[in-house]
Amino acid sequence: MSKGTLYNKVWDAHVVDKLPTGQYQIFIGLHLIHEVTSPQAFDMVAEKGLKVAYPGRTFATVDHIVPTKSQARPFADTEAEQMMGAIERNVRNFGIPFFDFNSGNQGIVHIIGPEMGLTQPGMTIACGDSHTSTHGAFGTLAFGIGTTQVRDVLATQCLGLDALKVRRVNVNGELKPGVTAKDVTLYIIQKLGVKGGIGYAYEYGGSVFDNFTMEERMTVCNMAIEGGARAGYVNPDQTTFDYLKGRKYAPGTSPEAMAKVDEAKWQKAVAYWKSVASGHDAQYDDVVNFNGEDIEPIVTWGITPDQSVGVNDKLPEVGKFSADEVKTVELAYKHMDLKPGSPIKGTPIDVAFIGSCTNGRLSDLREAAKVAKGRKVAKTVRAFVVPGSQQVKAAAEKEGLDKVFTEAGFEWRGAGCSMCLAMNPDKLKGREISASSSNRNFIGRQGSKDGRTILMSPAMVAAAAVEGCVTDVRELMQHH
Amino acid sequence: MSKITQIEGKAVPVEGNDIDTDRIIPARYLKEITFTNMGKYPFYDERFDAEGRPKGHPFDLPQFAGAHILFVNQNFGCGSSREHAPQALMRFGIRAIVGESFAEIFAGNCTMLGIPTATVSHAEMEKLQALVKAKPETKFTLDLEKKTLLSEGKEHLRFDIHESKRNALVNGTWDSTGILLANAGKTAEVAQKLPYVNGF
Ligand code: SF4
Repeated sequence: MSKGTLYNKVWDAHVVDKLPTGQYQIFIGLHLIHEVTSPQAFDMVAEKGLKVAYPGRTFATVDHIVPTKSQARPFADTEAEQMMGAIERNVRNFGIPFFDFNSGNQGIVHIIGPEMGLTQPGMTIACGDSHTSTHGAFGTLAFGIGTTQVRDVLATQCLGLDALKVRRVNVNGELKPGVTAKDVTLYIIQKLGVKGGIGYAYEYGGSVFDNFTMEERMTVCNMAIEGGARAGYVNPDQTTFDYLKGRKYAPGTSPEAMAKVDEAKWQKAVAYWKSVASGHDAQYDDVVNFNGEDIEPIVTWGITPDQSVGVNDKLPEVGKFSADEVKTVELAYKHMDLKPGSPIKGTPIDVAFIGSCTNGRLSDLREAAKVAKGRKVAKTVRAFVVPGSQQVKAAAEKEGLDKVFTEAGFEWRGAGCSMCLAMNPDKLKGREISASSSNRNFIGRQGSKDGRTILMSPAMVAAAAVEGCVTDVRELMQHH
Repeated sequence: MSKITQIEGKAVPVEGNDIDTDRIIPARYLKEITFTNMGKYPFYDERFDAEGRPKGHPFDLPQFAGAHILFVNQNFGCGSSREHAPQALMRFGIRAIVGESFAEIFAGNCTMLGIPTATVSHAEMEKLQALVKAKPETKFTLDLEKKTLLSEGKEHLRFDIHESKRNALVNGTWDSTGILLANAGKTAEVAQKLPYVNGF
């Protein structure tokens, strides 16, 4: 049993009751909603004649279905328009703050929470979306939930949850040049497997995480769920506090003068945040250790995020897998039309997608732009960049990143989830194969049931876009 | 709310590890703002070709028609948290799922809909899937109180199920809003003590 970890402290502070089932009733400090998994939940609340218990603790945005070329209303897609209408109606009827297109703060729910300072250490966070684990980068316990649970949070601000075990995942040493947070998270999933985290919260630590920026920490926590861990987190430290200070909803920020922070309030918050971090004597249910030096730029070759290799490696032989993995491996090779023993580098791609809640933040776009600058997207490739939020888009444009991308032949889009799950018009067609900075290479994920996805870091996607095939980004970095 | 203690019926096998919720229900069907039609869509892209003709997925084979119990392998329901996945299975007619392991969010979503997610070993599941393929008319009973799976009324094997999920089902408390709401007073007390709720 874990003891004295951030998980234990935050969990204990939010326990309302132990339920007769053996689950715990947990107070949810921040509830985020989006258009796809909330309409049915609001209907259930209304059908039961209930109210939203704490409307000030739920915040809404739109991301999954929004078109990224033109966001003029009504949307061309009538179903998307209907869905947009539903969330507009629900936030109005239930009094919930809504970051829509006019707010300047619309974007992917896991990007806007942190960037507005809504996500704060020590909180419990829930959202009807599995990548809610992203918010753990700030030292929160953040859970992806289903729609019926969204109903529970709306009606009671609570969830019934089973206690988790805690696994400490250390990555020590240093990363080699050209190796990014995306590679770290893909590496951890490759080593621990897509089911390895079931029943666990992952506490990420070690010098690599200490040195990471908040955006890098978010990239890793984002994909905790791809390793089966429902929640992943990093203990809050000075990096966390520096990121949050002065943000719109951060403690001590006054809405009128955002630059001026009430220091007394801020210091109280920081003291509390420090108190929730895992102690030096914390005990874990499990500890695993990795070396930063062992990590290469990683690409996936299959249909689950743990089917991955270093970009310079050959694809694994089927015989290398355990008996119960073989079926999935064979299906993966068949679907991807790749051969065991052959290199992944040089695999031609049709589409390059830079964006998503994994890698749609400003630093991701900067890294990709460094590669794109002065180069041209290969003629055979359709390439586009989708900033994760309106704020990311504005900041990138201020730096001129949009120009770098468009001059190289990338399309520059509006904020949303886009081809991460292709609920909007951005989709793969037929057997197209994408290099994608998103998080899921599942069959059919990017909008075509026969479409194929190779996951990698945003800089690697940019490299694949200009070379027309899977490329080791470090080779382009040397020539620059 | 109803207590769920036994589920009876024929079974249908869907083989393969790591079957994610995108495969259980493709994202394009998530654009509907109610769950009403979800029963039409489970495994859609694996069941139908581009012209909408069935490709011979177990869900469309006559011998498995009307099955209430689904037999699956490892890490079933991984990926997206979309409740549309268990909604689609439930509205198609599935009342219980037996597998080697389940992704957590998916299993939680199932419980909230009154669908048990029972686990057995890899060897046992291979035998169950073989049995149901050879004798699709076999009638199974999933007994949540005894944690046994019976075939044709005889005890076949014992299964595991997360204790809190089993309790919720057999005690009829799987639809949790009522229980959580009953603690509104305690909830307010906890909120009161959290520094961030009160602006520090
Ligand atoms: S970007 Fe992708 S993974 Fe993230 S919330 Fe949107 S659809 Fe989900």
